[in-house]
Amino acid sequence: MAIKKFAVGCFDDEAVLFSAVKKVRTAGYKIHDVYTPMHIHGLDTAMGLRDTSLHIAGFFYGLSGTIIALGGITWIFTTDWPLNIGGKPHFSLPAWIPITFELTVLLSSIGMVLTFCYLCQMAPFVKKHHFHPRSTDDLFVMVIECTPKTNETEVLSYLQGLGAVETNIQVAETGWWLGSYAKDRKPFEKKETVIA
Amino acid sequence: MALLKYESQVRPPLVAGDKHYHDVTEDILRPVESNPTMLWWVGFIGALALLGFGVFSIYREVVYGVGQWNINRTVGWGWDITNFVWWIGIGHAGTLISAILLLFRQGWRTGVNRAAEAMTIFAVICAGQFPIWHMGRVWMGFFVLPYPNTRGVLWPNFNSALLWDVFAISTYFTVSLLFWYTGLLPDLASIRDRARLKWRKFFYGVCAFGWSGSTKHWQRHEALALVLAGLSTPLVLSVHTIVSFDFATSVIPGWHTTIFPPYFVAGAIFSGFAMVQSLLIISRKVLKLEEYITIEHIDVMNKIIVLTGSIVGCAYLTELFIAWYSQNKFEGWAFMQNRVNLFSPLGWSYYIMMSCNVLSPQIFWFRKMRRSVVVTFFMSVIVNIGMWFERFVIIVTSIYRDYVPSSWTVYYSPSIYEVGFYLGTFGLFFTCYFLFSKFFPVIAVAEIKNILKRSGENYKAKMGEAEAETPEEFAHEMAHAH
Repeated sequence: MAIKKFAVGCFDDEAVLFSAVKKVRTAGYKIHDVYTPMHIHGLDTAMGLRDTSLHIAGFFYGLSGTIIALGGITWIFTTDWPLNIGGKPHFSLPAWIPITFELTVLLSSIGMVLTFCYLCQMAPFVKKHHFHPRSTDDLFVMVIECTPKTNETEVLSYLQGLGAVETNIQVAETGWWLGSYAKDRKPFEKKETVIA
Repeated sequence: MALLKYESQVRPPLVAGDKHYHDVTEDILRPVESNPTMLWWVGFIGALALLGFGVFSIYREVVYGVGQWNINRTVGWGWDITNFVWWIGIGHAGTLISAILLLFRQGWRTGVNRAAEAMTIFAVICAGQFPIWHMGRVWMGFFVLPYPNTRGVLWPNFNSALLWDVFAISTYFTVSLLFWYTGLLPDLASIRDRARLKWRKFFYGVCAFGWSGSTKHWQRHEALALVLAGLSTPLVLSVHTIVSFDFATSVIPGWHTTIFPPYFVAGAIFSGFAMVQSLLIISRKVLKLEEYITIEHIDVMNKIIVLTGSIVGCAYLTELFIAWYSQNKFEGWAFMQNRVNLFSPLGWSYYIMMSCNVLSPQIFWFRKMRRSVVVTFFMSVIVNIGMWFERFVIIVTSIYRDYVPSSWTVYYSPSIYEVGFYLGTFGLFFTCYFLFSKFFPVIAVAEIKNILKRSGENYKAKMGEAEAETPEEFAHEMAHAH
């Protein structure tokens, strides 16, 4: 694994962070990631991350639940062991709706949570590189990836100029525990914002 | 100034005091990071003692059989199923708060959702005990699961409401647990990153799954929460609907009623919110969280209690009307003689149900009563007593005197082990709740931070100033911010 340098800038207000993200991207720096203590709506768009497809995966997990339940019960009650229950037809679909629904929800939820953990590379005993311990408390930590050509002091002073309350350079080994969203990024588009 | 979040001044603040992000973390994590108090130990040991009594009662039941309970050929379902439905009902508020209110974008849910979800999970665990131990030969409990077996490939009956219940409750438990735990991950990471003690860093490090707060993770987390909420919303409604099918698909007068599903769901939300009130009124006081679980939260939940209580009241009256209107002798008997007749052996239970569930919550039409902590706590207990009696009335008064007078049981009263089992589930519930309130944050820290700048008292005060500006001034300021 390669060892990389990162410029870290910590912000204490998400409003400042938003404009900083925009400016850092316009300036051509590559934002490795932004670590925040809570979900900030719109930050993913500002960083140019594409939307997640987790919900599409969820649909297919749910669909598999529907198919397993309906297919399974149909096979059991019409082919494998047809039972006469109160003289009702062997294929009594309305009575199977509850179980079909429950299995759909169950498989969809379990599948989505497992996929979420897999995509985020999260599991018990997993240790990751944390750029700042207060990123889960009250700081918004922007991490910029440095290339050999990057002038580190210049990046740090640039971050300070954007309103970062704390800046430093950190070295971290790249790997899955750091995460990389290079494929997730969309090119930066400059849009005119119109207010009122 | 840049206003990223705005909320009308008409809405009261949901976080009181001059709070910033760090204060939120400090306040909510304090009970987790400090040693348990004397009060906690007393409560915890009390809960363990109750649990012990429950375990002993179950031991008697397993060794000597269901005969240890006073249920009989006529009253085959007594306290056990009453308690089962009661606990399941309580287990409905949590997912309602976390899922349905998330979809409706109700900001106040953030103060109460974590504790309510935990309550849901513990209540469902307690509820599950009753049908399991009621099986008698509990070691054969796995017979309810459909799997290719060696018993001549004997499948369970998929057309039976009892099997639907197995699926509904296990699904509900699993999904609630997943929803609760994924929500906890960011807060557990907060504790991990603040921990100074070695064991705490290790323990919460394992529990937090390596959560880092990366933007992409938050984006997925949000998508996950939304889809889980979308799935849980019909799930909550389905679970109590299916529980009501246990009765409604039978041909017992008093059970065979099409109104049961909506009536049960309303009742479940009603009793669930009452339990949330009981737990949170104590938690906010003991854990000093009055600034996060404010009078506003209590007020809003009391509005839901009076609404659902009245829906339940309508259902009671509709049932009564239909029993008369149907002109069915047996249905009429079940309602007019077994319930409404105060002088019948169990007639008193109907009146406890009516007064606790329908009449007494009506005091919440008064704002002053809704905002009184003492009244709310008292009422929350009354409502749960009433809801217990509702299930008792439905189950026992319908079957103790039905079609054939020769099989009537004039009076059914529980044995000490039946009561002990019920008390034992209280012990189990509170043991879990005490452990939860010690080791996990009872309020969702990250979610409170999310609404802080919109609904925090200090931030709202600043918004008032912004509101006084003309739109032109505001736009000018926004355009030149940064």
